[in-house]
Amino acid sequence: MLGAYLPILVLVAIAVIFGLCSLVFSSLIGQKKPSVVKLAPYECGCEPVGSARERFSVKFYIIAMLFILFDIEAVFLYPWSVLFKRLGMFGVMEMGVFIVILFVGYIYVWKKGALEWE
Amino acid sequence: METIAIPAINFAPIMPEVILSIFAMVLLLVNVFVPSEHKAYLGYLSLVGLIVAGFTLIGGWGVPLSAFNDSVVRDNFSIFFKGIFLLTVGMSILISDQYFKREECNLGELYPLLLFATVGMMLMASGTDLMTIFLGLEVLSVSLYILAGFNRANVKSNEAGLKYFLLGAFSTGFLLYGMALTYGATGTTRVVKIAEYVSQNGVVAQNPMFVIGMLLMAVGFSFKIAAAPFHMWTPDVYEGAPTPMTAFMSAGPKAAGFAAFMRVAIIAFPSLKADWSDLLWILAVLTMTIGNLIALNQDNIKRMLAYSSIAHAGYALVGFTAGNAEGTAGILFYMLSYAFMNIGAFAIIVLVGKKGEANNNVMDYAGFGTKHPVLALAMAVFLFSLAGMPPTAGFIGKFYLFSGAIKAGYVWLAIIGVLNSAASVYYYLRVMVYMYMKDPVEEFDWMKLTPAVAICIIIAVVGVLLPGVVPAFLLNLAQQAVLL
Repeated sequence: MLGAYLPILVLVAIAVIFGLCSLVFSSLIGQKKPSVVKLAPYECGCEPVGSARERFSVKFYIIAMLFILFDIEAVFLYPWSVLFKRLGMFGVMEMGVFIVILFVGYIYVWKKGALEWE
Repeated sequence: METIAIPAINFAPIMPEVILSIFAMVLLLVNVFVPSEHKAYLGYLSLVGLIVAGFTLIGGWGVPLSAFNDSVVRDNFSIFFKGIFLLTVGMSILISDQYFKREECNLGELYPLLLFATVGMMLMASGTDLMTIFLGLEVLSVSLYILAGFNRANVKSNEAGLKYFLLGAFSTGFLLYGMALTYGATGTTRVVKIAEYVSQNGVVAQNPMFVIGMLLMAVGFSFKIAAAPFHMWTPDVYEGAPTPMTAFMSAGPKAAGFAAFMRVAIIAFPSLKADWSDLLWILAVLTMTIGNLIALNQDNIKRMLAYSSIAHAGYALVGFTAGNAEGTAGILFYMLSYAFMNIGAFAIIVLVGKKGEANNNVMDYAGFGTKHPVLALAMAVFLFSLAGMPPTAGFIGKFYLFSGAIKAGYVWLAIIGVLNSAASVYYYLRVMVYMYMKDPVEEFDWMKLTPAVAICIIIAVVGVLLPGVVPAFLLNLAQQAVLL
C-alpha cells in the first residue's frame, strides 16, 4: 500500500536536491561583488524605508479575524445554495439559524467599533 | 429532483444548551445596546438563563434519549454533570460582580463567555461522538482562554491567558490527533461503535495506530483535568486568572474533562480496561503526590489551591482507576462536592483580596478569625472539606473513591491516596493557624460582604455540610448516574 506513495517520495527528493544544488553551486562557483544596494533588503524594487521589524497595529489582526469569520460564512452558503431545492424547508431553517447567529456576532462587532479604523 | 431525506431531529437532549446559547447571544446584544455603569443586571439575566436551563435539565432525569444520529445523548450521567456545571457557573457569577467592580474591569463580555463555556462543558458531558466531544471542548477552551486573561490591566492575568492558550492549543492537538488515529483504526468516531468494533475485531488492540490513538486521547484529557505530568499550566493560570474565574476553572472544566474522559474510556474501550487502568494508576499516584507535595510549599493561597486542585484530580483518578460502580459514583459525588467547597473557599478569597490581586497570601489571613468570625468559620468548613475531614462532603467523597479502589483490588492505590490526603492536611491547616492563632496585622476594614457573595457562601456551606451529614440522597443520585 505504501508503494503507491513512492512517486511522491521521488518528487520530494528531487525538489530537495534541486533546491540544495542551486544554493550550494551558486555559492561555490558564483561571482561575488557585494555592494550596498545589492545587500539591501528587497522590498518590491522600492528603496527600503525604515526597519522591517516593525510592530503592526492590532487592528490588522482584528480585521483579518473578522474577514475569516464572515468569509467562512460565505463559503457555507455555496453548497447550501446548490442543494437548496433538495434540502427544502429544513435547509432554509437551518441556514436561517446559522445566519442569525452570525448576525448577532456582526451586530456585536459593529457596535463595539471593531469595524472602524480610527 | 428528489429531496434529501432529513432524519428526525429531536432538540430535547440539547435543550439546556440551546437555552444557554440563546441567553448568551441576547446578553451580547444587551451588553452593547444598553450601556450602563456596572452592568450588574447582566449577571442577574445570566442567572435567569442558568435557572431556566436547569429546569429543562431536571425533566430528563431517568428518561434516556439520544438525538442527532446518536451523537448526543441525554442520560443520568450527563444530567448529573450538567447540574454540576450550572451550579459552578451560577456560583462563579455570584462572586464575579464584586471582584470585577473592585478591579475596575469592564465585565460586559464576562457573562456571555461564561454561558458559552457552559454550553461547551455540557456538550462534552453529553457527547457520544468523539467529534461532538471535541466540539464541546473547543467551545469551552476558547471561552476559557479569554476568561483567564479577562483582567486586561493585570500583567499576570495576561500571562495566564496566553499561557493557557498556547498550552491548551497544544493539548487540543494531541486530543484531536488521538481521535483521528482511533478513527483510522476503527473506522468510526461514535464511542459505542468503537466498542463494538473492538469487541468484534480483537486484533485491533495490537494495532499501534489504535494504541497510540488511545494514549494521545488520554494525554489530551489529562491536560484538561490537570493530571500530572500534564499539570504544568495549572499553577500559573490559576494564580493569574481573575479569582472568580479561577474558582470556575478549577471546578467546572475539570468536571467536564472527567465526564468526557470517563465516557470515552468506559464506553469506547471497556474490553481494554486492564490496560487503561494501569495507565490511570500511574497518573493517579503522580497527580496526587506532585499536587500535594508542591502545595506544601506555597504562600500564595490561589497557587496553593491550584496545586490542591491537581491533588484533587488525583483523588478522583483513584476512583476512575477502580472503574467499578463505587469508584465512578464517587467521582460524580466528589466533583459536585469539590465544586461547593472550592468555590466557597474562592468566595472568601475574593472577599479578603484587595484591588490588583493583592492580599492573596496565606500570611494575609492573620487574625481573620477574630475580625470576621463567621466568614472565618465558613472558610474553615471549606478547608476541612478539602482536607477530607468528617462531617463534610469532602470526607464522604474520598471515602467512596478509596473504598471503590479497595473493592477493585487496588489496595496500595487507596493507601497512597489516604497518605496523600493526610499530608494535605498540613497546608489547609496552615491557613487556619493564620486565621485563628496569629494576631491580626490588618483591620480587614476594606471588606464588604455583598448579598450575592453571601448567597454564594451560604450555598457552598450548605452544599458541603448537608451531604456530609446525610449523604444518602446525593449518593443515590450519583449511583443512578454512573455509566456502568
